[in-house]
Amino acid sequence: MKKLIVITLLLILGFYLMSTFISVPFGAERIAGVKDYYLKQSPETLKVSNVVTAIVVSFRGFDTLGEVTVLFLASTALGSILYRRRTHHSGLNPQREAVVSSTLVRTGAKVLFPMIILLGAYVFVHGHLTPGGGFQGGAIIATGFLLILISYRKFFINHNVLTWVEALAGTTFVLIGIGGFIFANQNNFLENFLPEGTLNNLISGGVVGIIYIAVGFKVGAEITGILDTLLTIKEAGLNPDEN
Amino acid sequence: MQDYLTYSVYGSAILLMLIGLYAALVKKNLIKIVIGLSILDAGIHLLFVAVGYLNNATAPIFSETVLDKNVVMADPVPQALVLTAIVIGFGVTAVALALVVRLYRKHNTTNIDEIKNLKW
Repeated sequence: MKKLIVITLLLILGFYLMSTFISVPFGAERIAGVKDYYLKQSPETLKVSNVVTAIVVSFRGFDTLGEVTVLFLASTALGSILYRRRTHHSGLNPQREAVVSSTLVRTGAKVLFPMIILLGAYVFVHGHLTPGGGFQGGAIIATGFLLILISYRKFFINHNVLTWVEALAGTTFVLIGIGGFIFANQNNFLENFLPEGTLNNLISGGVVGIIYIAVGFKVGAEITGILDTLLTIKEAGLNPDEN
Repeated sequence: MQDYLTYSVYGSAILLMLIGLYAALVKKNLIKIVIGLSILDAGIHLLFVAVGYLNNATAPIFSETVLDKNVVMADPVPQALVLTAIVIGFGVTAVALALVVRLYRKHNTTNIDEIKNLKW
């Protein structure tokens, strides 16, 4: 009965969504003033070749600051929801430590880990030139750490280091934004105040590249922290008085 | 051809959204509900990016091969929005999973019917 109600509701919803979107033909040219402005301004005045990066970091940089804050809040919330008692043992789950991964996995992880980190760093350093950027590069770096975490059971991530990396990257972002108040032409928050350089050079786009590098470090540290917190939780029933 | 693309691309995106909503509404397992929310997310992202696409358009990146030719570029605004939405969706999923872990610790089950006052 309940399934029937749900399916009926979803069919009605799907019908109305579909009938709305049919009037927007796929791939047809339509009036989009904002798009033309961004596509013109990004390579000409800002000298950033990746327009998506230009929107995310420069035109809508304030949104990105909020987004980074949301990520920070998510990792903080995870830490406070899944709290553990402080133990003298490094805090690792004894059950997790007991399971040993195979030699193949460990050797493969050892070979792949530096390359994954290098790829992640490449992606966020070239965020203003190629597809990708701080969020994507940070996520790639976090997958490298995930590989190490699941293949070396005793690998221990120091959360103090993660906190410091996060804090420094976030502070860099905000300081660059405040620098726009002081040094830029129009004294706006997050406005570019460095020389733009030439299009398609690595050093171009002014503050955009620096902000995306900071975002890359911040996202990498945050996702690594989230993964580590989720991986090291104790099983229920192992320690009943913890509830 | 154009109609076919319109129906199939938007249709698959909307279908993904409906599948996600169905899982979130009907399934009893908390983990499956979180997976349903993620599928709903994916459907919305696909719909957004599809709306921003133009016929024969390239990615909105002024690389050297594209620079001096007069090429059509896809709308960068939905792509930037989706980039934001993916990150937020990741945060939401992480916190939801953490809450599931908390509920499992408290009640020793992920079945939502066995936890009072949670299901309609």
